[in-house]
Amino acid sequence: MLELQDICFQVSEDAEEKEILKHVNLKIEDSFVAVTGPNGGGKSTMAKVIAGIIKPTSGKILLDGEDITDLSITERAKKGISFAFQQPVRFKGLTVLDLINLAHGEVLSLGDACKYLSEVGLCAKDYINREVNASLSGGELKRIEIAMIMARGTALSIFDEPEAGIDLWSFNNLIRVFEGMRESIHGSIMIISHQERILNIADKIIVLADGEVRAQGTKEEILPELLTASGACSRLADKIV
Amino acid sequence: MDQLQMHMLEMVADLHSIPEGAYNIRDNGELSGRNTTANIDIVSKTDKPGIDIIIKPGTKNESVHIPVIVSQSGLKDLVYNDFFIGDDADVTIVAGCGIHCGGSEDSEHDGIHTFHIGKNARVKYVEKHYGEGEGTGGRILNPTTIVYIDENGYMEMETTQIKGVDSTIRDTKAELGDGATLIIKEKIMTHEKQYAETNFQVDLNGVDSTADVVSRSVAKGSSTQVFNSKIRGNNQCYGHTECDAILMDEGHVNAVPSLDANHLDASLIHEAAIGKIAGEQIIKLMTLGLTEQEAEEQIVNGFLK
Repeated sequence: MLELQDICFQVSEDAEEKEILKHVNLKIEDSFVAVTGPNGGGKSTMAKVIAGIIKPTSGKILLDGEDITDLSITERAKKGISFAFQQPVRFKGLTVLDLINLAHGEVLSLGDACKYLSEVGLCAKDYINREVNASLSGGELKRIEIAMIMARGTALSIFDEPEAGIDLWSFNNLIRVFEGMRESIHGSIMIISHQERILNIADKIIVLADGEVRAQGTKEEILPELLTASGACSRLADKIV
Repeated sequence: MDQLQMHMLEMVADLHSIPEGAYNIRDNGELSGRNTTANIDIVSKTDKPGIDIIIKPGTKNESVHIPVIVSQSGLKDLVYNDFFIGDDADVTIVAGCGIHCGGSEDSEHDGIHTFHIGKNARVKYVEKHYGEGEGTGGRILNPTTIVYIDENGYMEMETTQIKGVDSTIRDTKAELGDGATLIIKEKIMTHEKQYAETNFQVDLNGVDSTADVVSRSVAKGSSTQVFNSKIRGNNQCYGHTECDAILMDEGHVNAVPSLDANHLDASLIHEAAIGKIAGEQIIKLMTLGLTEQEAEEQIVNGFLK
């Protein structure tokens, strides 16, 4: 279980202190949690705080009761936190197979590595030896990023807008991937998303806006309100769909 | 062959034993082993140090290994090797030089290799340079490669220097005939105060000749690299040169690509990118459980793979 206790994060902008996260308190214990809310609301920052990429100004992060606030990215990764970037990174020279193996922590058989790629809808033989460089499209990179998280199979997997940059056709497959992952991954999945169809398969939805947790609850509690509200979130969702 | 010699052969030519096919092993300036085949002859020069490697027209799927080992401190070895590759041949040539310097004097090997590639012939040329040893003397390698490719000939040159060479000036010149192709892949990593200079000059003289000259390098410590790549398009041709370098510590890289188009239908491109490892690459690998140092190693190894 992951717990955020009174997390604040401030940055200085034009000599002014700007609060990106304001006293965020959360418990992630369900198997599938969706975080939604308007752009600029602090969702990605919160994910980076959990992964250790950003150090919070104050507050505590607990993983299974252990205080991990001062642990490095590497240490948190080893304790079972995975993070799929919103904008995956390209590497000249490293291949898809290299990254899947690094994610898994040991060299996989070709068959096993291919299994992860097939699950995200990539034909493994076309991709396994490709360099993760500029020749791959944004959508391909996103799927490889998801395959890496699957290859890790950790207690907590965080996805930052996995649907961003994926075309509509791929999006349908992506939903299936997450539905499948829900069954296969033994741990918690936290997805930052604007997509109603992703929110629809979540056990719990958290609405983060203006750096604060505005609401959290089951989809039955949160979705109707989100979809009827005139907030930016539903409008965004409409536009993306 | 002793252990040191075997180790050096492995480093420069991936050899674990005496190679199959034709070979010529040069050890501290002396001939240490040679084999010829029905199609590949190796003859010592009489007017200067070096050998002629003569490959009969039509020779297919054969290889020639010509590794050089320098383990004597203070030795300055200069050698001229000329390759005559007959029409329609298809061969792999593995050269390479390893210097083991155990003393305080500089050790140096300057290999001047000239390739005459016949019509429709294909050559894969692999060259590795490596230095090691506990001595304080410099390990210096100055290879010169001169390439003439006849009509529809093809040469792919892989040249690698990953470790232990203190100073190198690498000159490569090529002249291509009609339909000829030259592909060069260079990989260099320098450490500490090492200096590596690369000078490519390719003349695309023939109709539809093609050159692709790509260099990837990593400059660590306070090392310096200079990359000069000049492609001259003297006919209807295609030329591409690319330098991609990673800077680490206080490394210094100076890349000077140059294109000279002397014909209306010459199509020439150059690209050069120099920079440190992107922070997000390191962070990504750290989120997979690697330490910062392990992440850097993976990125560098992948880049030079």
